[in-house]
Parts: sequence; structure tokens; C-alpha cells
Amino acid sequence: MLQSGLCRSTLLFTLTFVLAMFTATIDTLKASPAVSSVTEFKLDNGLQVIVVPDHRAPVVTHYVWYRVGSADETAGVSGVAHFLEHLMFKSTDKIASGAFSKIIAKLGGQDNAFTNYDVTGYYQRIAKDRLKTVMEMEADRMVNLRLTEREVATEREVILEERRSRTENNPSAILSEQMSAALYQNHPYRIPIIGWMHEMAKLSREDAMSFYKRFYAPNNAIVVVAGDVSVDEVRNLAQAAYGSLKPNPDIKERVRPQEPPHRAPRRVELKDPRAGNASVRRYYLTPSISTAAPGEAEALYLMMKIAANGSTSRLYQKLVSEEKIASSAGGWYSGSGLDSGSIGIYAVAAEGVDLGKLEAAMDGVLHELREKGVTEGELDRAKKAFIAEFVYESDSQSALARRYAEGALLGQTIEQVNDFPAAIARVTVADIARVAAKHLDIRNSVTGTLIPVPSEPEREAALKPEAGKL
Amino acid sequence: MRHVRRAGACGKAALFASLLVFTAFLLPASRAEAMNIQVVKSPGGITAWLVEEHSVPLIGMRFAFEGGSAQDPAGKDGVAHFLAGMLDEGAGDLDGKTFQERMEEIAMRMSFDDARDAFYGSLETLSENRDAAVALLALALSKPRFDADAVERVRGQLLAGLAYAARDPDRVATDQWNALAFSGHPYGRPTQGTQATIQKMTREDLREYWARTFAKDNLRVVVVGDIDAAALSGVLDTLFGQLPAKAQLTPVVPVQPAAAEKFKVIEMAVPQSVARFGLPAFPRSDKDFIPAFVVNTVLGGGVMSSRLWEEVREKRGLAYSVHTNIQPYDQTCVFSGGVATKNEEIANSLDLIRAEIKRIAAEGPTEKELRDAKDYLTGSFALRFDSNAKIANQLLWFWQEGLDPGYVDRRNAEIEAVTLTDAKRAAKRLFEGRDLIVTVVGRPKGLAANPQPRG
Repeated sequence: MLQSGLCRSTLLFTLTFVLAMFTATIDTLKASPAVSSVTEFKLDNGLQVIVVPDHRAPVVTHYVWYRVGSADETAGVSGVAHFLEHLMFKSTDKIASGAFSKIIAKLGGQDNAFTNYDVTGYYQRIAKDRLKTVMEMEADRMVNLRLTEREVATEREVILEERRSRTENNPSAILSEQMSAALYQNHPYRIPIIGWMHEMAKLSREDAMSFYKRFYAPNNAIVVVAGDVSVDEVRNLAQAAYGSLKPNPDIKERVRPQEPPHRAPRRVELKDPRAGNASVRRYYLTPSISTAAPGEAEALYLMMKIAANGSTSRLYQKLVSEEKIASSAGGWYSGSGLDSGSIGIYAVAAEGVDLGKLEAAMDGVLHELREKGVTEGELDRAKKAFIAEFVYESDSQSALARRYAEGALLGQTIEQVNDFPAAIARVTVADIARVAAKHLDIRNSVTGTLIPVPSEPEREAALKPEAGKL
Repeated sequence: MRHVRRAGACGKAALFASLLVFTAFLLPASRAEAMNIQVVKSPGGITAWLVEEHSVPLIGMRFAFEGGSAQDPAGKDGVAHFLAGMLDEGAGDLDGKTFQERMEEIAMRMSFDDARDAFYGSLETLSENRDAAVALLALALSKPRFDADAVERVRGQLLAGLAYAARDPDRVATDQWNALAFSGHPYGRPTQGTQATIQKMTREDLREYWARTFAKDNLRVVVVGDIDAAALSGVLDTLFGQLPAKAQLTPVVPVQPAAAEKFKVIEMAVPQSVARFGLPAFPRSDKDFIPAFVVNTVLGGGVMSSRLWEEVREKRGLAYSVHTNIQPYDQTCVFSGGVATKNEEIANSLDLIRAEIKRIAAEGPTEKELRDAKDYLTGSFALRFDSNAKIANQLLWFWQEGLDPGYVDRRNAEIEAVTLTDAKRAAKRLFEGRDLIVTVVGRPKGLAANPQPRG
């Protein structure tokens, strides 16, 4: 079954690992031949290629990830990375305007794209015998994009509508945006990925094209193919499709403005008629997988799992189950940023509960975590749950492809990606105590509250004297 | 993201269910042909579809009790939804916290979801922990505790969710569409209940729904993974053997979406108006069900290659998302769609959508569009079958639709068989002379002058 490839064998490896956690030791697992099945190579032009064999179905997932995201934008053109992502579906010499996705659909495939702070990704999921074609199409638009003023003007309206859908229509999203803007004082992570409305409205064809020419090149891209393919097949296809593209010699190491020490906690309050129940949330600035000391990110993942993930977590148990002052509560550690990570924690007030009381209770849970750390029992359960998630997620071909692409983006080797469950298993209660003391520092935080207020008609109604009382 | 697919106008309440709906027609022939679907019958009389996959020591199970929120008694709207939140909150001797810690200790995953016509359950476990996982699920299904403090906790969550949803334009537009189009029918009632019904829900209400709808004769089970038929037989009886033989379902009458007032604006202070629109469609038994599905792909279901995408988004930039779909329910079938456009322009978007519907009703798709849609639908078949979880979801949906395991092999041929004449006839039957039922949430401008007849 080993020939059946990586998805499966990685899964098998991890599973054996989990089972071992339940029963015995893990040391022998690192020698598993399975982990060597994911393969990575580079073309001469600098294109990084990762192959994740998964032979369960005759399909492939083809990812092209560019090492560029919204945090690489220059000041004043916020949203251009995401805007360009949309415009990449317009035309080249070979592809008529707007035909890209239609061609993919005609071939029985599905495609889409996304933009993040650190990466812009494109993907197709398609029958394996179409891999050659989609690689050729991606290679073509990597360097041959054409844009007309009209296409740009129309697509700009689309991204403005997208911002209205995602953010303007959603008070919770507005609060998150305001909190990120306060959490980061210097780093471009403070700017929303989609952009600020007033700058998006002015994005031009030149803004998009200059961003494209600066960042889209084989030596700034990662191709991941997961699916029913062999390494040799992918190597040949990738060489044929991408091999002739010229690298961009001006691609530089990514250096973005970094954060100064934070000296004072910040607070953001949003009052909105559409807020629902009152809620409080807090973000802390932390290291990420790529900036943390060895083992620190893993400890943060487990700390937040114990503190705030799910209904067995401390936060939920305290605020929701015991004190009954919150209707829900939770939190997470986000460690996949290139320059920084963050911790998030939130609670939604139960009917009639004062937000100050809720925040104090939340702080109580964090205080105890800082002062007393976690127990061995808690840590053991959290590890099992965390690793189990990793295993179950491995059933999805896209998730597997994403896992290795993210690793590559953060500069991790395949071995490091594969080692993640083992690294999780190595975390000790002392590690958690250390990261808790170090990173749950209120000076590095922003606290946001979302408070419902009456809507305009409701306010007007409240101001009008009741009929008959005059 | 270039495009995010949204749940349709009357999407089944849960994500799980909407995945089933969207993917129902896109099953892979190639995988399916290689796949052996066994029909397993346990000594205790439980039937399951099984696909063995022994390369990975994992087992996934999906099951459905026919019923769903359409079985919520009048005045108890949201009881099925409430129950879905209660089943991992303690059972037998285990209180909620102990139960959930047990689940974590054996790394199992268990979840429940309500939809219009069914109550869904899901189990995933490592093979090694199969018996322990099955024992926990069996306990949850046969001896739920409904502890008072757990009921209150879940009630608080549901009420907070409703408070937020009441201000969410998407949710309001969808709920209002259902209320308008299915007025007086269980499909028109809010699946997640109202502040009033959730406030009043008692543990007796939960127990009554559970006792009435969890039974052997309305149960369908699909299992994919590391288990053989003999072992599954035993598991089925452990899990479901204690349930009553027959469910006490209240009959739900067939219904067509219809509304005296076909157009409704719900005022909300948001910059972008969110619209839901829809019409009656044909049930699966109709000869034009598949042709209509192909026509919908051309119009708005094939998303990034559809006519509506082209006209509303690509040519004019009027929306980030515009989509349509055809959704069969047990007692109805609905063509529905959605669009969101700034308040000043929403009237334009709706006019364009109406014009495209009128055009496809009159002319049908072109030969090329039909060919392209069929190529997409048949070619993307395999994508829906590349993980254990997807296989289980797909098969359960087919079974619920009244199809047999062999449908997996026939499905692409049925799509291929649709002729241009079929497609034109289906488009005409579906759309000609029909007025869309539309709900709009926001502060839409210019809709008063809309040509849509009122009343």
C-alpha cells in the first residue's frame, strides 16, 4: 500500500503516531518510509514544486501560490494584491477575456483563488489527465496577463461589492478590522486584506500591472500538486509547462516593517444596531510558527486549545457552564503568519450580563493560566485532540495540498511539516507555563467590544410620545 | 477569494445538508465504478450502505432520520435544531462535560445537524477506538439526559445566535423568502426557531421530538472506511438496535412555493441589499428534472461560467456573488438564487436576472452552452468522490433522494442524454410566464418602479 502514495501514507504515518501516543512510544515512527513520499524539487528558474501523491481517486489538486500578499503592498494601494487576484481571470494572448474559468469548467474542473496577508493562491481541482492543460494555463497567466481599462473598471466594482458583502454589511467583521488596525502599530498586517474602501475605489490598471510585474514570477511561486500522480510525471509536466519562464531577478527577500515593543493595551468599542448580543474579544500579538523559538508555537496551539477551544475548554466551562454569564466563548492561536502570530479570545454575553463583568471573568481565566499553567491531564487530552484533528483533516486532498504549501511559504521543509504532530507531542506543561507568562501580556493586546444600540427607526420610535398620552 | 458560494434561497438549515444539495449531481463515475457499494442488513433489521476502505484505519459514518425540522410541532419551531445541540451534552451516566472529555480521550468526532427533511448524525473514529466510539454514540442516541443546566446553556447559545441572525441580511432574506413562499406550511417556518419558541422550549419538548423521530424505519446509514460487513452488522445493532421500530412522523403535505405578494422588502440599515429569489421546480420524478438541472447550470448554477455571472458580474460589476440552484425537498422542489448589490443598483441586478430568466425561457440554452454544461457536470463527477467524508455524504444524499446504489453508475449517462429539445422544454416549463418570488433586505433604491406585479 505504500506505493499508493503520500496522502495515504502520511495519513498512515500520523495515525500510527496517534495510536502510539495512546499506547506506547513514537520514536520509531520518524523512520517511517511514508514521510519520504512527499517530494519537493526546484526548477532551474527557481519555481518550487511539491508533489503529494494520493491515489484514492483519479483527480488532482493543482495549486500555484505566489509569495506575495496584501502585506507586500506599498502604502496607498491597499487591496491591490486581492484586486490582481480577481484580474488574473481576465485575458492573455491565448485566453480570451473571462474565459479562464469557463475553460476549466468545460474540462470538468473547478477553480478559484484567494488572497491572504502573505500569499496569493490559485487552484484547480480536475481529472488527472488535465493536469498538463491547467499547468500550461497557469504558466501562461503567470507572465502574459493582459488588462483593459474597461475590465479593470468593472472588476473594481466587483471588489467593492465584495467588501460590502464581507465587511460593510457585518458589524462583527468591522470590529475585527478595527482591532487588527489597533493590534499592529507598524506592520502592514494592520491593513485589511481586501483594502480600505477609499483606496480600493482608486485602484488602477497600472497599480495592478506593476504589482503583477513585480511579484508574479516562477522564482516567487510554489506549485503543489496533490493527487493521482507520480513525482516523475509532475516533474516532467512542470518542466514542460513552467520550465521556460524567465525568473525575475528583482525578487527580493520579503522585508516588511516590523512591530516596535508595545507599551500600552488598546481598546476599541463598536456600537451598532446590528450587533446582536453584546460581546467582548481580545487579540494578543504573539510569534508565529516562522518567528517563534522552537516549540513555542506548538505550546501556544496547545495552550489555546486547553484555554478556549470547544466546550471542554477552561473558558467555556467557567463563563458558560459555571458562571452562566456568557452564551458562548472561545479562542484560538493563529500561527501561520510570516511575520507574526496572534491569539484571539471572545465571549458573547448572556442576556442582561454586563460586559465589564464578562471581561473580568475572561481575564480571570487568563490570569489563572498565567499563574498556574495547565495540568498533565489537560495537556494529554489536548494533544490527542489536536493530533486527531490533523489526522481527520488528512482525508481531504485540498487540505493536504494546503498543508505543504503553507509549510513551504513559511520556509519549512517537508520534514518539518511532517514532524508537526511529533512536535506537538513534545510540548510539556513547563513549556505552556512559559509561553503563557510571556505572551499573555496585556500590553501586547487590543480589546474590542461590540455593543448593540437601537436602530434609527427604533430610536425614532423611542423618542415619539406614545399616542393618547398627549 | 474570487467567489464564495452561498447557500441558496431556501438552503437546508445546515452546512452539512447544503453540501449534500450542491453536490448531489456531481458524482464521479470513475471512482464510483471502481467503488463497491455493499448493502448491509443487520440481524436487528438495520440497513446500511457500506464502502470498505482499509488502507487507512479510520471509519466514517453518516446517518439520517427522516423528519427534520418539518417535524417541529406547531409553536415548537426550532426543536429539532435545539436537539442537535443537545445530543453531546450528556447521556446515560455521563454528564455533558464527562461525555465530551471521553470523546476527546478517544479522539472521536460526533456531530448532529438538523435540516428541513432529516436529522443528520455523523461519526468519525480511529479503527482502534471503534468500540468505545460506537458505545458513546449509542448512548447519545438512546439515553440522552437533557440535563436542566445543559438545556439552559444551549438555549442561551441559540438565543444569541438568533439575535445575531436577526440582523444578518443573508439570513433574514432567506428566512423571509421561505416564510413568504411556504406560508402556512412547515417549510415556511424558521428551522432555528424564534426567540419566543426557543425561550419556551422544555426538556419534555426535546424528549418528545427525539422519541417520536429517532426510529428504525426512518433511518438511513452510510459507512465508509476500515470495517467489513460482518463487523458493521454488529455495530449497527449496537447503535440503533434500541430504537423503536417505527417513527411517529406527522405527514407533511406536498407544496409548491407560492405567494400572493411576490415581492417583499425588509428594511435594514446596510449599504448593500441582499436579495433572494425563487420559483417552483420539478420533483425528481418529473422527466424534466435532469434537463432542468442542466438548464440551471447554464443560467446560474455553473457559477463562474453561467449567464448570470457573465451579465451581472463580468460585464457590469454589479455583484460579487450571483448564483442559482435547484433543490429538491421531500415535498417540494425549488429553483432559487441570490444576489447582493449596493442599494443604489440592486434594482438593476434584479432586472438583469429577470431578463435572463425570460430569455432562457423563450430560447433555451444554445447547443454550445448545453454541451459545455454537460461536459462540466459529467467531467467534474470525480471531484465529488475523492475523500471518505465526501463519499459518505454523497451516498446518503442519493439514498435520501430515493435512488439506489446503481444510480452512481447511471448518473453521467442521464446527464449526457439531455437533448437541446429537452433543455428548451424544461426551461420553458420552469420559467415561462412565472413571476419570481423575491425578498430584499437593505435599503434598496428604485424598486418601487419595478415591473414585478404586486399582489
